[in-house]
Amino acid sequence: MEPEDQANSSIMESISVARRDQVEMPTGVHLQLDQLVFDGETILSDLDLLLEPGKITCLLGPSGVGKSSILKILAGFIPLPGDSKITASDNQGLSGRLSYMDQKDLLLPWASVLDNLLIGSRLRGEPPNIERANTLIRQVGLENWRDNLPDTLSGGMRQRVALARTLMEGSPILLMDEPFSALDAITKFRLQDLAARLLSDKTVLLITHDPMEALRLGDVIYVLAGHPARLSAPIRPEKDIPRDPSDGIFTQHYSAIMKRLAGEAEEAS
Amino acid sequence: MRILRALVTLAGLLLIWGLITAILGLPKFMLPSPLIVAEALLTHKSLIAENALTTAIEILVGLILGVLFGMVSALLISAYHPVKQWIFPLLIASQAIPVFAIAPLLVLWLGYGIAPKIVMSMLIIYFPVTVGFLDGLNRTDQSWLNLAGLLQQSGNAGRLRKLINLYLYIKIPFALPSLASGIRVAAAIAPIGAVVGEWVGASSGLGYLMLHANARVQTDLMFASLLVLTAMALILYYLIDALLLRALPWLSTQNSPKTP
Repeated sequence: MEPEDQANSSIMESISVARRDQVEMPTGVHLQLDQLVFDGETILSDLDLLLEPGKITCLLGPSGVGKSSILKILAGFIPLPGDSKITASDNQGLSGRLSYMDQKDLLLPWASVLDNLLIGSRLRGEPPNIERANTLIRQVGLENWRDNLPDTLSGGMRQRVALARTLMEGSPILLMDEPFSALDAITKFRLQDLAARLLSDKTVLLITHDPMEALRLGDVIYVLAGHPARLSAPIRPEKDIPRDPSDGIFTQHYSAIMKRLAGEAEEAS
Repeated sequence: MRILRALVTLAGLLLIWGLITAILGLPKFMLPSPLIVAEALLTHKSLIAENALTTAIEILVGLILGVLFGMVSALLISAYHPVKQWIFPLLIASQAIPVFAIAPLLVLWLGYGIAPKIVMSMLIIYFPVTVGFLDGLNRTDQSWLNLAGLLQQSGNAGRLRKLINLYLYIKIPFALPSLASGIRVAAAIAPIGAVVGEWVGASSGLGYLMLHANARVQTDLMFASLLVLTAMALILYYLIDALLLRALPWLSTQNSPKTP
């Protein structure tokens, strides 16, 4: 974190608390990554990734290409390497304005669905907003499971709880690391519909290795492939999300993306 | 079913014991038959009950205090790094000293009453509880810590408040299964501390009674006391186990150590 960011962060924190639950202007994020080194090997260099405000940006790529690392850098789980830079479109720090959703649901096994949604406010020592939690539980269709423990829910339901918990924070920027990859095809399909509905107006970075998912949900799609990995030019499929896989545009983009993924993989090997 | 199995095992053991005494024809001061021991249990029941009460109190108080001290130590060591650097080696060293060796000292300092036995039980329990809980606290899933850190970024609570909440809502609950394992071990070994304490110097308790009976070649009374002590230890263990399972209901569907 830059020193001035640190100085700003306490002010930022109080602003973001006041702002929670209010409609605010979506914020864009610009990541300039000089290079990313793992075990002495450069896996990424000169990456320039723009998350457009209020849009879902999909980062599509094969496993091990470093796409999760990009997300972890944005989330602050990995320190920002060397000459790299993260800037928000409103020139304010990102601290307190990010929410994160993992491939694993990360639900607390001892807490009910409701309590899992309230964990953020509990951790911050704020009075929990039960009304908002109830609304979100209704929106993800789990009103009859509000008091259930995660163990009694199916994988899809658990991931819906995780989605609701992510939205519970009201953060303008959402980072999602393959959030639906552990689900079966039908459950995944339904959750993508749900996510498309609930994520409007949020600035979202969605990491995925599934071209289908990228095409269903991505307003903007980047393919990350090669060695060291490079970012493709942005792909902006015409229709609004969630897109219908039986659509002609969909299949056309699908084969183009597959070609790009395959081509880059060939080049690397 | 479980109880039936336990009873069958018990009956089998008693039968083997009875057969050995019958076939070898040992004198009853060497190995009394189960019948003689049962008789001794009945004749001396008030004496045994009185002494068993003392031992039970020592074990329970020692267990409660030992678990409390162990939990506090684990929390301090986990939350405050210097404590770990300075105190943890001491903790290990304290375990290298056999409890038997310091028992006479404890009696010398604390007298013949209940206090040195409680301290003995505490000493013996403290380590497994501390290490078990600490292990659990140190092994919170990194992805959960990441998420919690992000969730705590906004909000204007102070650093200490956030740390306490992190422990309260994430770290401690995740560490409870490890703590439970530590407490199970503690429940199993707590009676050792109390009885050793009584052997070194006491005026009541089952350990004292056994020593006394041994000196007067009342082997049947000794066996009767031993049986009662074993029964007490077993009841304590299963009681604690049942309590722990009830306190951590989400574990029963996951990977809890199943009761045999």
